[in-house]
Amino acid sequence: MFAFILRRLAQSILVMAVVSAIAFSLFNFVGDPVNNMVGQDATREDRVRIRQELGLDDPVLTQYVRFLGNAVQGEFGLSYRIKRPVDQLILERLPATLELVLVSAVIALVLGITAGVYTGIQRNSWFSRFILSSSLVGVSLPTFIIGIALIYIFAVYLRWLPSSGRGGVVDLGWWKTSFLTIDGWRAILLPALTLSLFQTTMILRLVRAEMLEVMQSDFIKFARARGLSERAINFGHALKNTLVPVITIIGINIGGLIAFSVITETVFQWPGTGLMFIQAVDFVDVPIMSAYLCFVALVFVIVNLVVDLMYFAIDPRIRIGAQ
Amino acid sequence: MKFAKYLGASVAALALMASAASAQNVLRWTSQGDALTLDPHSQNEGPTNAMNGMIYESLVSRDADLALQPELAESWESSADGWTFKLRKGVKFHDGADFTAEDVVFSFARANEESSDFKEQATNVASVEVIDDHTVKLRTDGPNPILPNQMTSIYMVDKGWAEANNVVKPQDFAAKDETYAVRNANGTGPFKLVSRAPDELTVLDRNPDWWGEGQFPGNIDRIEYRPIANAATRVAALLSGEVDFVLDPPLQDLKRIEGAAGLKVTTVAQIRSIFFGLDQGVDELRTSDVKGKNPFKDVRVREAFNLAVDKEAIKRVVMEGLSFPTGIITPPGVLGNTPDNDTPYGFDVEKAKSLLADAGYPNGFSIQLDCPNNRYNNDEKICQAAVAMLAKIGVKVNLDAIPKAQHFPKIQNRTSDFYMLGWGVPTLDSHYVFQYLLEGEGSWNATGYSNPRVNEITQVIATETDLAKRTAMIDEAWDIVKAEMPYVPIHHQVIAWAMSENLEAPIGADDALRPRFAVMK
Repeated sequence: MFAFILRRLAQSILVMAVVSAIAFSLFNFVGDPVNNMVGQDATREDRVRIRQELGLDDPVLTQYVRFLGNAVQGEFGLSYRIKRPVDQLILERLPATLELVLVSAVIALVLGITAGVYTGIQRNSWFSRFILSSSLVGVSLPTFIIGIALIYIFAVYLRWLPSSGRGGVVDLGWWKTSFLTIDGWRAILLPALTLSLFQTTMILRLVRAEMLEVMQSDFIKFARARGLSERAINFGHALKNTLVPVITIIGINIGGLIAFSVITETVFQWPGTGLMFIQAVDFVDVPIMSAYLCFVALVFVIVNLVVDLMYFAIDPRIRIGAQ
Repeated sequence: MKFAKYLGASVAALALMASAASAQNVLRWTSQGDALTLDPHSQNEGPTNAMNGMIYESLVSRDADLALQPELAESWESSADGWTFKLRKGVKFHDGADFTAEDVVFSFARANEESSDFKEQATNVASVEVIDDHTVKLRTDGPNPILPNQMTSIYMVDKGWAEANNVVKPQDFAAKDETYAVRNANGTGPFKLVSRAPDELTVLDRNPDWWGEGQFPGNIDRIEYRPIANAATRVAALLSGEVDFVLDPPLQDLKRIEGAAGLKVTTVAQIRSIFFGLDQGVDELRTSDVKGKNPFKDVRVREAFNLAVDKEAIKRVVMEGLSFPTGIITPPGVLGNTPDNDTPYGFDVEKAKSLLADAGYPNGFSIQLDCPNNRYNNDEKICQAAVAMLAKIGVKVNLDAIPKAQHFPKIQNRTSDFYMLGWGVPTLDSHYVFQYLLEGEGSWNATGYSNPRVNEITQVIATETDLAKRTAMIDEAWDIVKAEMPYVPIHHQVIAWAMSENLEAPIGADDALRPRFAVMK
């Protein structure tokens, strides 16, 4: 067990190093930040001087090693765009993203499992068909369009919910939360729904497929033969057996939600890390881009590590293979 | 220590909520990009200057019509070696300190630091001499006829405050720590900073002790600014009544906003012109099939390009009518633009073709057009239209539309044959255009164009104080440029603002909101 964890950790560090190196080499193609950092009437000498001060003319490898050296010391530099320490910026914006991801994961789980169970049991009802065909919208429409459509329906037309931003935030000192006020909940609803739609669809279809399979299995037939109630069969036995793959998928996807909430955050001006990243790309804010990509790599590595450890606990085959 | 900071923040947040309830006229507004910093000398960028201009003030300011107005100086006069400014008396900074001549000396010194982004303006002032507490003389190297025009964005900072908070210099680019001035401000202006969360929310409150209290029509008590990066979301926030004012609505949504109940759109010609540059300096173009020579060296080719681009069609089809087609790379409102030289070159495909044939390119040639896709109104679409128009005279244009962060280095490094550029003129004087775009060594002149007489005039008008003579020279330079056509002028941009009908805010050609003139009903 211990050797297994150690090996996975070593692999994780390697993955992070590779990811950050690839990301860093891409920055050379993003453009020149200096033009965004000075006014149009700055002289060419000034531009050259700033490039030198920032070390932008050094070879990529030199820049990368310098970045790693600083990162190891917890020094991620100052954002070119808003002149604030990058680690502080990421920590400030992380609560917004994490809360958004949490709410959307809950929405996806509740909606996805409920609808999945229903469509799995009532296979031929018109409502099941309606759910299945409309859930296609969730996977086929881009997040951007869904977000804008929700804004126009709920904010502009009905005026029930705010169109953007993170209203009603309560500052707990170390964490700014939306969960303690009505306004906060109103603001988080639309972006969380937008972000969850794809996941909901996936969970729905997964649960449905698993349910269909489980319902055909012998132990369900036996349960029926024994005269157990439908309720006990569906939820007590069938659903329980479908949840293992669902939880695995959700685990992996939470990493994806954190990393790729970029579009949802942009549409709703949600002040999280995704919005910060997209603004950094636009400005060629190298310190933020590099720190953020390392952070995302870290999230994926941790999530995968946890998932692997869970397998280790659940699946005896991996335990045997590891020995 | 940390706890105390958080406690302070929570108390401030509570105070914020309490005072919000008592505020009367709250102006809630949005735009795409937040101010980059509140340090008034750190970033010379439009939205940053506009935000800082609500908190800080300069000696001389501009109103919405861009006319010079006394701000912290009540009057000024020029002499051979500089300008003397009489400062307004009884002005206090937001923290209660008096505004005096010492602060002027300090602010110009600060704006002249290496880490300042206002060096180019501040460097016009060689030294600041204190005559008395409320009189300063800004010495210049030789006469400078347009000094007041050059210092409307040099904001005054309190010396004592800067020293106490260790912000005597603007933040260094290579610095590791945030300075106090990035998120804190202490100006003399009509609004005080209440809270600042970059990219989220900035709250300003009316300054009851402002010198101009009662002299301006504005009745705004509180300003809440929330940037919204996505254009469709910005419009939605206006349509749903969550904001009263959108600074930069997308052009294609203007009709919809005007049609909505309770909303209106106002437009004004912006002080920014859009044009193409033609590299006539190199001996062989980098991206053309013409080898061994440069077709742009021939004025007939440059004229053919000017005649082949139909600016009226671009206005109609690409710009939704929101542009002013032009024949000069600087807009009305800038000294030097005249109705005469503002007239476009006209649109004449046949003549363009025969000019190309005369120049030795009857079948045209190929070339790459470098174009930004996230900088100017519809920039990429304008370029696409130009590609189609130039195809009609046989010029095969390969369009490379890329983000501004990659586009502008091509111009800076002189590696583009044919490029789009836009230019705004903060001084409202042609010298600023000559200096950067037409003078042979101008830092944004990637055309290789260098005319001895234009270069000479650029030098002379920097110090010529006889205005009639100076204007005549500016006209002469523009006549030369008009005939030699180093650029292909397209149009002057139009600014459109969208706001609630309850709000009266005078639109400025510099795209800056001036809340001291804004009235809410």
